[in-house]
Amino acid sequence: MPHLVSIDNVDMRYGGAGGTLAVSGLSLKVGKGEFAAVVGPSGCGKSTLMKLVTGLHIPQSGVVVVAGKQVTQPVSIVGMAFQNPTMLPWRTTLDNILLPLEIVDKHRRRLRAHRREYVEKAEHLLETVGLKGFGSKFPWQLSGGMQQRANLCRALIHEPELLMLDEPFGALDAFTREELWCVIRDLHAAQGVTIILVTHDLREATFLADRIFVMSARPGRVLKEHVVPFARPRALDVMYEKGFNDMVQELHGEIASARVAA
Amino acid sequence: MSTVAENTAVSAAPPKPLMARINWVKLAPWLYTIALFVLWELLVIVLQTSPTVLPAPSRVFQAVAQYWSPIWKNSLQTLYTTTLGFAIAVAAGLALGILVGWSKAIYAGLYPLMVGFNAIPKVALVPILVIWYGIGTIPAVLTAFLISFFPIVVNVATGLATIEPETEDVLRALGAKKLDILLKVGIPRSMPYFFGSLKVAITLAFVGSVVSETVASNYGLGNMMSSAQSQFNVPLVFAGLLALAVEGIAMYALMAWIERRMTGWAHRSSMSH
Ligand SMILES: Nc1ncnc2c1ncn2[C@@H]1O[C@H](COP(=O)(O)OP(=O)(O)O)[C@@H](O)[C@H]1O
Ligand SMILES: [Mg+2]
Repeated sequence: MPHLVSIDNVDMRYGGAGGTLAVSGLSLKVGKGEFAAVVGPSGCGKSTLMKLVTGLHIPQSGVVVVAGKQVTQPVSIVGMAFQNPTMLPWRTTLDNILLPLEIVDKHRRRLRAHRREYVEKAEHLLETVGLKGFGSKFPWQLSGGMQQRANLCRALIHEPELLMLDEPFGALDAFTREELWCVIRDLHAAQGVTIILVTHDLREATFLADRIFVMSARPGRVLKEHVVPFARPRALDVMYEKGFNDMVQELHGEIASARVAA
Repeated sequence: MSTVAENTAVSAAPPKPLMARINWVKLAPWLYTIALFVLWELLVIVLQTSPTVLPAPSRVFQAVAQYWSPIWKNSLQTLYTTTLGFAIAVAAGLALGILVGWSKAIYAGLYPLMVGFNAIPKVALVPILVIWYGIGTIPAVLTAFLISFFPIVVNVATGLATIEPETEDVLRALGAKKLDILLKVGIPRSMPYFFGSLKVAITLAFVGSVVSETVASNYGLGNMMSSAQSQFNVPLVFAGLLALAVEGIAMYALMAWIERRMTGWAHRSSMSH
């Protein structure tokens, strides 16, 4: 399987020579179409990893390769979503979702002439995440879960090959979170997009991912890589199986000892 | 239980008593203003103050009627210098605010200069302006401008400087240039700060123009009041103050209205928290 993302022995230090070494000797590979999850103790460099892959930060040493090209500047084949939905409050939900099209070179030139087509696409995405008819609402008229659904639409509107999710469900209640797991699961199945999900929720990682990377405490590197064996499509019931709980427990143990080691 | 419910349902039908039908919150500003004038009038009667020290409101309104024509003309002059100075401040403040918010280096370089400049009492600049432009309209306009543009700059720059880093990351990852982020996020985001600062700025602009008219002009309310004062025409001084207050309230209300119209979203979204 060709790798869409490959990180090789990367060091990233913030704030010059004396600054914080966030990750060190970090290596991981994610295949095309795969769903990868990254878990680890807080502050271990998970968000840093996201920024390295998207080209928001360039590492001091080591190489990051995305889609066969070394990353030296932001790569526009990615969509991103964070814990904080970062919708712009002066735009309607629909206009928020269309925002990436006003930025990405390929689309911004076509947007004016083909607006209808793009609006249809956005509305289709809204329907997929269960927000049909909410496009004309402003983000502050939506609940937290609905905002996060819209946020996913925005991350996907320009048809990215890679979707980066940084603790996107962290601020939601348990039921909403499970609903959104299913939304993400179905989006992954339907769109064939590669997903890297950073999370501190081990059940979330185990339920969604094909492959889980466990990171060490700062400076972060990959301690262990797990392949998640459960067949797809997965129903929420899978979480009551013994194998599932064993895996969550194993991950938990690994992170606990990584924290102690720090 | 049911009789109580019936009773309230019935009593809702006939017209409510007068006191309950009045919207007290809407009426309050007028009532308080009237109360102020009544208290003032009573105070003057009780203390028997001379009109050359503190004229009663009735005496002031009499002066308004008596000197209506000069008050009207000078009010228009002051309104003109103030709004012109304010308009320049809005344009310059917006431009400088965007410039300062654009780059950390420009911000670092200009900020101490602006704070220092803002600390100078603007009345001290009027003599310099008079040397350059002579007395009259231009120093008044420029003083109004100088005193009112600082809050606009600071507010616009604040709006730009407080963009959430995640929003910036999402856009930069898509290949957004700095200008894209400024146009799509920075400027719309700083608009509530900008429109909010207009209320402060217009009030300050009045201070600037009147100060300048008082010391260096032959026109305007400031000049009218200072010449009335030199003739011991204290009721006319107070009439001038009244005219200024009316202009100030009107312009403030206009700015508040514009703010609500332009940035209603900011009062409902998380930005206002
Ligand atoms: N912009 C930055 N400047 C300086 N230090 C940073 C910056 N971003 C993150 N760090 C530091 O790098 C380390 C890893 O951060 P991060 O990648 O955000 O961790 P995580 O997402 O796993 O909680 C932390 O110690 C954090 O304080
Ligand atoms: Mg993080």
